[in-house]
Amino acid sequence: MIPIAFDYEVAESVDHAIELLKENGDEAKLLAGGHSLLPIMKLRLATPTVLIDLGRIDDLNYVRDEGDHLAIGAMTRHCDMERDATLQEQCGLISYTASLVGDPQVRHRGTIGGSVSHGDAASDLPSALLALEANFVIKGSGGERTVAAGDFFEDYLQTTLAPDEVLTEIQVPKLNGAGWSYKKFNRRAQDWAVVGVAAVVERSNGSIGSARIGLTNMGSTPLRATAAESALSGADPSSVAEATSSADEGTSPSSDIAASSEYRRHLARVLSRRAVEEALSR
Amino acid sequence: MTQAPERYIGGGVPRKEDPALVTGRANWTDNIKLPGMLHVSLLRSPYAHAKITSIDVSAAREQPGVVAAFTGDDLAEDWDKNPQANPAAVTGYGMSLDQRVRQAQEGGESSVTDTPETTGEQPVDEKTRTFVSWIPTDDTKIPNHWPVARDEVNYAGDIVAVVVATDRYKAQDALEFIEVDYEPMEPVVDVEAAVADGAPLVHEDIGTNESFTWTLATGDIDDAFNRADVTIKERYLQQRLIPNAIETRGVVANPDAITGGYTVYSSTQIPHILKYVLAVYCDVPEQQLRVVAPDVGGGFGSKLNVYAEEVIALVLARKLGVPIKWIEDRSENYLATIHGRGQVQDIELAATSEGKILGMRVNLLADMGAYLMLDGPGIPILGAFVYPGVYTFDAYDFSVTGVFTNMTPTDAYRGAGRPEACFAIERIIEALAREVGLDPVEVRRRNFYEPFDEPTDTPAGIQYDSMNMPMVLDRVLELADYEGLLEEQRRRRESGDPVQLGIGFSTYTEICGLAPSQVLAGLRTGGSGWETAKVQMLASGKVEVITGTSPHGQGHVTSWSQIAADALGVDVNDVEILHGDTALSPYGRDTYGSRSLPVGGVSVHLAAQQVVDKARKISAHMLEAAEGDMEFEGGRFSVAGSPDQNVTIQDVAAAAYMNYDLPEGMEPVLSEEVFWDPPNFTFPFGAHICVTEVDTETGFVKIRDYFGVDDCGPVINPIIVDGQLHGGIAQGVAQALYEEAIYDEEGNLTTGSMVDYLIPGAPELPKYTLERTVTPSPTNVMGVKGVGEAGTIGAPPAVINSVVDALSPYGITHIDMPASPWKVWQAIQDAQGQEAGTRDADLSGRPSQAADSTDTEGGTDS
Amino acid sequence: MRRIQMTVDGRAHVAEVEPRLLLLHHLRENLGIGGVHTGCNTTSCGACTVHIDGESVKSCTVLAVQADGHEVTTVRGIMENGLWHPMQQAFHEAHGLQCGYCTPGMIMASISLLKENPDATEQEIREGLEGNLCRCTGYENIVKAVQLVQQHTNGQPA
Repeated sequence: MIPIAFDYEVAESVDHAIELLKENGDEAKLLAGGHSLLPIMKLRLATPTVLIDLGRIDDLNYVRDEGDHLAIGAMTRHCDMERDATLQEQCGLISYTASLVGDPQVRHRGTIGGSVSHGDAASDLPSALLALEANFVIKGSGGERTVAAGDFFEDYLQTTLAPDEVLTEIQVPKLNGAGWSYKKFNRRAQDWAVVGVAAVVERSNGSIGSARIGLTNMGSTPLRATAAESALSGADPSSVAEATSSADEGTSPSSDIAASSEYRRHLARVLSRRAVEEALSR
Repeated sequence: MTQAPERYIGGGVPRKEDPALVTGRANWTDNIKLPGMLHVSLLRSPYAHAKITSIDVSAAREQPGVVAAFTGDDLAEDWDKNPQANPAAVTGYGMSLDQRVRQAQEGGESSVTDTPETTGEQPVDEKTRTFVSWIPTDDTKIPNHWPVARDEVNYAGDIVAVVVATDRYKAQDALEFIEVDYEPMEPVVDVEAAVADGAPLVHEDIGTNESFTWTLATGDIDDAFNRADVTIKERYLQQRLIPNAIETRGVVANPDAITGGYTVYSSTQIPHILKYVLAVYCDVPEQQLRVVAPDVGGGFGSKLNVYAEEVIALVLARKLGVPIKWIEDRSENYLATIHGRGQVQDIELAATSEGKILGMRVNLLADMGAYLMLDGPGIPILGAFVYPGVYTFDAYDFSVTGVFTNMTPTDAYRGAGRPEACFAIERIIEALAREVGLDPVEVRRRNFYEPFDEPTDTPAGIQYDSMNMPMVLDRVLELADYEGLLEEQRRRRESGDPVQLGIGFSTYTEICGLAPSQVLAGLRTGGSGWETAKVQMLASGKVEVITGTSPHGQGHVTSWSQIAADALGVDVNDVEILHGDTALSPYGRDTYGSRSLPVGGVSVHLAAQQVVDKARKISAHMLEAAEGDMEFEGGRFSVAGSPDQNVTIQDVAAAAYMNYDLPEGMEPVLSEEVFWDPPNFTFPFGAHICVTEVDTETGFVKIRDYFGVDDCGPVINPIIVDGQLHGGIAQGVAQALYEEAIYDEEGNLTTGSMVDYLIPGAPELPKYTLERTVTPSPTNVMGVKGVGEAGTIGAPPAVINSVVDALSPYGITHIDMPASPWKVWQAIQDAQGQEAGTRDADLSGRPSQAADSTDTEGGTDS
Repeated sequence: MRRIQMTVDGRAHVAEVEPRLLLLHHLRENLGIGGVHTGCNTTSCGACTVHIDGESVKSCTVLAVQADGHEVTTVRGIMENGLWHPMQQAFHEAHGLQCGYCTPGMIMASISLLKENPDATEQEIREGLEGNLCRCTGYENIVKAVQLVQQHTNGQPA
């Protein structure tokens, strides 16, 4: 449980990181908090020959109020989001979801940018970001671009990030009056989600205005429960159970030692109902 | 006997072990660094079953920092120096029990060396290399177990090559340069499939996957079943568990230039047994071998063994002449340290319509894994004696077949055979209650023993020492507010609450104090059960106690200090306990099987009493009084009626040390050594109630409360006893709800890390509400019983009974361990006749839940 | 090899290390701090927990080079004026340890936990220790130990 030898470069800035990525090609990996990458390197399941450490770039750890949205620096740690007053107030879903990632030690190291870039469908934050319709700011040698969360995750551990690109910022909306919830189902508190459901629900004159539901670990990427979202749109709060019964539609959850795909589908339905109900009560 | 009015015994003396541990100053095996020390990394087979067609370590030898690399063939001669030398041979394998006993009785040659002469017609297999000591029958099949495999690998994790390098990183890197060609063979990864006709063979040379069959029968079992109004047949599965001591194993072997021998430091529970077996296996003269168990970070049975890596380290130290270190990493720990449990249990009960048990049949398949480890075959046999549990009846019939599979070898994991037994009886008695329409509490009461305090015969042909089940059951019912719980359960059921309440019982006993050597001989354990202690008062009046027990978390340093301090009337801090080093304590039988207090602790008490007896004679001499007039209290001898005439025990110790003026013929110093071999085991008992909340929508089980009333006799240190119960219950809950070693069809361990093997953490476990009663054992003068495994034995059935109770409105009568949310949900789906989907990723190699449910309905033949 | 400098338990250390060297191994092998323990190596058990700049981390999942320039505290560095840290004292008093192997990590995680949430409820203490596994104690007395420190801090009798 020792990684193979590799070279180590410290990125002084985002531009420097992009330069280093270009220099080192496919062999290089970006190191943020290291809590997704180092465990698989220790098992020698990943064997990059160069690590580019983003940890020395100070100006990527922030939460800023940008008026219509909040901007979160890619190197902002889970523990920072957990206790950030602005996030707690304006986008509680992110603070709360961050507080469920791993354990306190992991949250002291792991970052939102690392978590999102790794593209693991079992991670909690990506599905919350989907439900929030967050935007990701990406910088590369070709300049800067902004990608919607819905367009970012492409396949199992694959994202739209090019080899010479760095995710620099995550933009999330202010929730204002919208209700939110994240329901994480796991067997032990420290574990990955067997299934997780993020919900953002806007009320409108006593009924549901719109609902957005993000699903964790229900396929090779984080997913939206689009059928349930449509069914909830304009629905009466008393019909949540019926509307969320389609929450697993269009998903392709895997079967493993924790759950069969059938059980995952069932959990997605139950947790979606509970998440929407909780969001409505907030 | 009631709790003695001593100064320390029974008090919560804070542990003397703690200062080094809380300040990070303990001496773990991995903290040992010796000059010139080299590090070993081991290449392990990725296949569960394969022929090694070629292996080449030459490229590894060329890597930076690599000093040597060896294959199994390279090292074959290094443990092959003494062809007779295997522990099995030395413990008498090859001779029948009768022969050994007869020979011992005739006072002939020692019965511990197996030669063609001593074994008569039975040939000694000169080629068999094995670590097994407990050989249950004369015809037990014992596979060859090379420390480094030669031609064939038999489980994923079997060692195939060794690299020695200047540091661990370099040793690990070099492993990548070893080239091995394997020819995969069909693996056996299921214990039932292993005994089916035409099953592939784990060891083709043995010709069968059945290692042994061992039976026990009392009473007329057929008559019991003929007379029965009700018979019940159930099948239970004991999943494989992985012990997971937080400190992995590790060993450092250091050549000793002075003696020409070796010192072996190992993270082991059994330095004494290890010393003997290593000496034999590696042909090192035992007097030149010293084994040290430094601070050991948990064992739970997993370090109650002799492992290939210990042999490899010693042999490499001999071969290379330098200190050799091997530290297991966690991936290796999952593969190469023994697993526990792994049984298929077929249980039948015969009973009257009033719920009185008449007889019990038990048929087990016990998964031995690829090889036989030290006590592997004996684990289900230990359990055989407690399947009847805390119930008395007339007829009992037990049979176990040990089965080879291409998986990690199994052996003792906390409880070792007894949790399996307790689970079976405590589950099937619930089925009986259902069958005869009685409350589970009532059916238990109808089968309890009347309280007793003298040895009492059991259906398994042994004698329990003392027991009072109604007392503990009554108390735990009060503690849990059983009536209140029933009321809440009724409410939730009536309102259709998605979260249902479960109330689960377990009433248990544990065999503690693995001891009487003659009984262990009868069981063919290959081990002895005595323990030793030496209590010596030094010139300054301070006390050293040398114990043969080898603690690794149990707090013997504190408890033994309390025992000695009370016996001698000295301050507890004036006592030091020395242990875990065969140079300090040449004799000892180490720590396992909840034996330490009733055997080792009692030895300390007896030795200290002998010191007092001798001191009394000297004090009488010093005060010119008659020995019979001497009174001893609070560390002071005084003459009856003349309290002013007195000497302290420290004064006596000094006088004994100086030897200026002792009674005629008396030897100097106060130093007494005791070897104590008790006449019987001890049997603590208790009653537990587990209260669960089961989310019927998700299948999630939350333990809301856990109540226990336990009786382990008089308690030396209540905080330590509570701690043992807490930890034991936690491991029992872990088996019931969380943990399971899962193999895929190819024999790969799917749950090979702490990410996938679910050891529960603080958020998953409940607060424990515990009380104790005190029923002394007549087996020893202190009345003590032991407590190490009680929680692990009592908890699993309490938890499962609780989950099943919560789900009983669905008609669910059984859920296999671990009762994961998935399984609970599936059981509900099945019960409701709903399509639950297939378990399309059933990697467990076990019958599906749906198939189980038909087995567990409980057939009624009456 | 890379030159790194860090303060460990109040003392500055400079070393040349391979980039792949884990902080855990740097502390144990190069600095001889045997009180930092290797447990699971998969970021699960927390036996290797130390503080970086006052926050708990698992040193098996941090590269030594990542700690360059930072302040690392291990269980060996928390005593003050020769006296045990209150958390060490509490683990002893509450019998919050048996074999003691998880203990240094558990103590470091507990100190970090109370620093961030001094008034943690029992449930919050349990959740705050989710990243630390103990195989001996069943956690009950570990939770009690943390509560004992809370009581001392709040001036209540233990």
